[in-house]
Amino acid sequence: MMKFGIIVFPGSNCDRDVAYVTRDLLGMPTRLVWHEESDLSDLDVVIVPGGFSYGDYLRCGAIAQFSAAMRATVAHAEQGKLVAGVCNGFQILTEVGLLPGALIRNRNLHFICDRVPLKVERTDLPWTQQYQTGEVITLPIAHGEGCYYADEATLKALEDNNQVLLRYCHSDGSVNESGNPNGSLHNIAGICNLTGNVLGIMPHPERAADPMLGSTDGIRLFKSVLNQAIAAA
Amino acid sequence: MVTASVPPFSPDEIAAEGLKPGEYEDIVQRLGRHPNRAELGMFGVMWSEHCCYKNSRSLLRQFPTEGPQILVGPGENAGVVDMGDGLRLAFKIESHNHPSAVEPFQGAATGVGGILRDIFTMGARPIAVLNSLRFGSLNNPRTRQIFTGVVSGIAHYGNCFGVPTVGGEVYFDPAYAGNPLVNAMALGLMETEDIVKSGASGVGNPVLYVGSTTGRDGMGGASFASAELTDESESKRPAVQVGDPFLEKSLVEACLEAFKTGAVVAAQDMGAAGITCSTAEMAAKGGVGIELDLDLIPVRESGMVPYEYLLSESQERMLFVAEAGREQELIEIFQRWGLQAVTAGSVIAEPTVRIYFQGAIAAEIPATALADNTPVYQRELLKTPPDYAQQAWQWQESALPVCTAGGIALEGQPQSWSEVTLRLLAAPTIASKQWIYRQYDHQVQNNTVLLPGGGDAAIVRLRPQLGGSAKIHKGVAATVDCNARYVYLDPYEGAKAAVAEAARNLSCVGAEPLAVTDNLNFGSPENPVGYWQLAEACRGLAEGCRAFATPVTGGNVSLYNETVDSQGQPQPIYPTPVVGMVGLVADLKRICGQGWQAAGDRIYLLGLSVEQPPAEQVTLGGSEYLATLHKTVAGRPPQVDTDLERQVQSACRQGIQQGWVRSAHDCAEGGLAIALAECCISAQLGAEIELPLAIDQRQTRWDRVLFGEGGARIVVSVAAEKTNIWQKFLQETRLTHWLPLGQVSSDQTLSVKTVEGVPLLSLNVEQISDRWAKAIERQISDQP
Repeated sequence: MMKFGIIVFPGSNCDRDVAYVTRDLLGMPTRLVWHEESDLSDLDVVIVPGGFSYGDYLRCGAIAQFSAAMRATVAHAEQGKLVAGVCNGFQILTEVGLLPGALIRNRNLHFICDRVPLKVERTDLPWTQQYQTGEVITLPIAHGEGCYYADEATLKALEDNNQVLLRYCHSDGSVNESGNPNGSLHNIAGICNLTGNVLGIMPHPERAADPMLGSTDGIRLFKSVLNQAIAAA
Repeated sequence: MVTASVPPFSPDEIAAEGLKPGEYEDIVQRLGRHPNRAELGMFGVMWSEHCCYKNSRSLLRQFPTEGPQILVGPGENAGVVDMGDGLRLAFKIESHNHPSAVEPFQGAATGVGGILRDIFTMGARPIAVLNSLRFGSLNNPRTRQIFTGVVSGIAHYGNCFGVPTVGGEVYFDPAYAGNPLVNAMALGLMETEDIVKSGASGVGNPVLYVGSTTGRDGMGGASFASAELTDESESKRPAVQVGDPFLEKSLVEACLEAFKTGAVVAAQDMGAAGITCSTAEMAAKGGVGIELDLDLIPVRESGMVPYEYLLSESQERMLFVAEAGREQELIEIFQRWGLQAVTAGSVIAEPTVRIYFQGAIAAEIPATALADNTPVYQRELLKTPPDYAQQAWQWQESALPVCTAGGIALEGQPQSWSEVTLRLLAAPTIASKQWIYRQYDHQVQNNTVLLPGGGDAAIVRLRPQLGGSAKIHKGVAATVDCNARYVYLDPYEGAKAAVAEAARNLSCVGAEPLAVTDNLNFGSPENPVGYWQLAEACRGLAEGCRAFATPVTGGNVSLYNETVDSQGQPQPIYPTPVVGMVGLVADLKRICGQGWQAAGDRIYLLGLSVEQPPAEQVTLGGSEYLATLHKTVAGRPPQVDTDLERQVQSACRQGIQQGWVRSAHDCAEGGLAIALAECCISAQLGAEIELPLAIDQRQTRWDRVLFGEGGARIVVSVAAEKTNIWQKFLQETRLTHWLPLGQVSSDQTLSVKTVEGVPLLSLNVEQISDRWAKAIERQISDQP
């Protein structure tokens, strides 16, 4: 068993979608954590879900970083425990400093909702063990500010340390500009921190988890986390 | 006693509130005195068509509104239908046409915000949004600006709120150049045990104001030119409201939480006419009165006068009647979500809306005079159809250039039918709407079963969000439809066709049509032609809704959609009665989309055959082909045979539910050829079609065969091994009109031939896909 906690800001709107996957589809104990809460000690995995945290009129995630729940999430991560940020959650994790870089407006300046192919770059982490290295999977994206940006040195460090987990690609696995929906540098769709316990991804694995909705490439990310727990036990 | 004294307002001031001289006299009669400035404003908005349906109410009465599935019909914030298993669906459509014309982004955004509030005011959580949009031609720069602004506005509000925008329709026609239409439909799943109604009750119960603050935003621009308003900068304020989807997201959570306490007696969203409308309607519906103290209302700016408080259309606000003694419990919920909540008044026995300001009565009006017992106009209906219609009906196919199996000459240039098909596929009205729906989050909430573009209607799973089970297998299908060119040419037949098309679209995904919400977008009813269009369309809608057993549960009326041209002549839009329809999907495993599933599957045409169908039922009159290729809007649109429609739709649904039919797509704009092309595009598979027509048949209008519209037609595909049982089923049903057309092919060609094998169409699927998918994007970016 692994206990999941999902941070709920007033403007979160994917919190229940994640809970549906962890609690209803996978049968894991799951708690919705109000943004004013600061005790996360009962949780194994903290997920910062998609949405618009506090409206995000200033800059995505800019205010959320100051919440009690996010301060507790940082502490949780610093203990080496698992933290994942999806979409707005990824934006917040970069704002709070758990992950490098930033997410800026999509290259075409529009919100993009679509299903896109992604290349899994690394599978030795708790998040991706159920995938094959180099495998091409399809996940939904839905964001206006999903263009990953970082300076040259940061990008180099990310690549040198194999911190890029997912890249936008073509369905044949080729990675280039035409297979890059939002202009992300190095086609980055998901990264982890140096120690691998903090994950940030723009695509929504929780939206590709239920067979009734057609696509199940995303549930393997959650199952990877569960396997990790079994292996560790 | 009615005083005959001189009114304290000039005729211009009265007219500025939208009131006619006769209506002003009526107000004086009812009050027994002249109204004050605030009261005049309240009457002005409450007696507007938007609030009181004074021109349309007598026409709306003919709509069927009852059925075993209907839990709440017209009159509340939204209709509610029973989906079985304790699942109840609230749904409604509303327009935001004029605000979107002035300020496309905020106009469209607040349109979405308004319809979402209508849904959650009932105690339902919004689960899907659809849109019905009309714009001018995309080669007009102003239209492109309106179009892109509206799409961004819808995306902004819906995406941030967290409701999937799952479907809709978009038309482009010069008739909407100055007056776009933005209709938004929302669906919600009831989350509270009792459906929350709007009638106030319980004398002494507190009246709570909740949500956002009140400011001067959103007040009618014309109303600012008044003596009572002193701050000159006021006149520069836009009349369009500004929406805050983040605040609305908090509001939905707080409202649903509040309703679940059982301490809320009644609730009403503050939409048009804000505090005025919500107090009057809640009081009138409950047969009681409401006292409200404006000094208690949370404001976002200082120095407001009663007129401004009462007419403000600041967004994201609601009015509650609470159980006495439990107000604090509710206030705490709203405060936790960072929202305003104050007790601002109470329910009184006397059926009066009484407004206090700075210790004195600022307005005092019988509630029914504002909300119930409002003016109704019976207008004279034209005895004969107007000239424009009669002239249009004179059009005959013989006016078109002669054609052969090879094609037709357009502007002197010979064009093959393949070339004609490509041109139609690139017409923005037919082309893919991917550029639009890609900007809408259509998957949030994890229930979208059929994605935009995937089928003829959207399908969303009905899964209670809180403590939901993974075992729910029911869904709702929804669609919005109206071919306004048909309605313009023949309002009665066109409106009936809109209902038939909506039911057909639901049937194509396997859903049983249940109920309708309608949005009547028309020109001025004071113009005899405008009223004829409205009256005839209502007659058609009523008949259509009866025929398909889909009662009307409410909707919206938007009149005066016209622009004044350079000669000072009003140019009305096409009359556009948009039909929003919902249907039940009993088993989400038994649905289908519009794309072929596998090479070798057999293709059938349900509905009228291509062999000499009745000319009034399958026709080029009013068709997209006629408008796009021949620049002609004329003829009589196809007449609906409701018996045939019902039989075809039922056969399609049964075929899907039995698992025989693997894809279904109706023939709408562009007729059979476009329907076949779209099935190919969706599947990225070709098709080999052989029509039972010979080349030497007497003067066949091949364009009517390929692009004629009407005939209750659906193109379906069936796995080869299921064809026997499927054909046996078709023979046993009463359906007499169906035809095997050919089969899905593995190569990338859509080929349509005559019996002799003479090709009519030969199109590469990749080529037609590209033309169709990118047409709108190209039209926007190619132009400066």
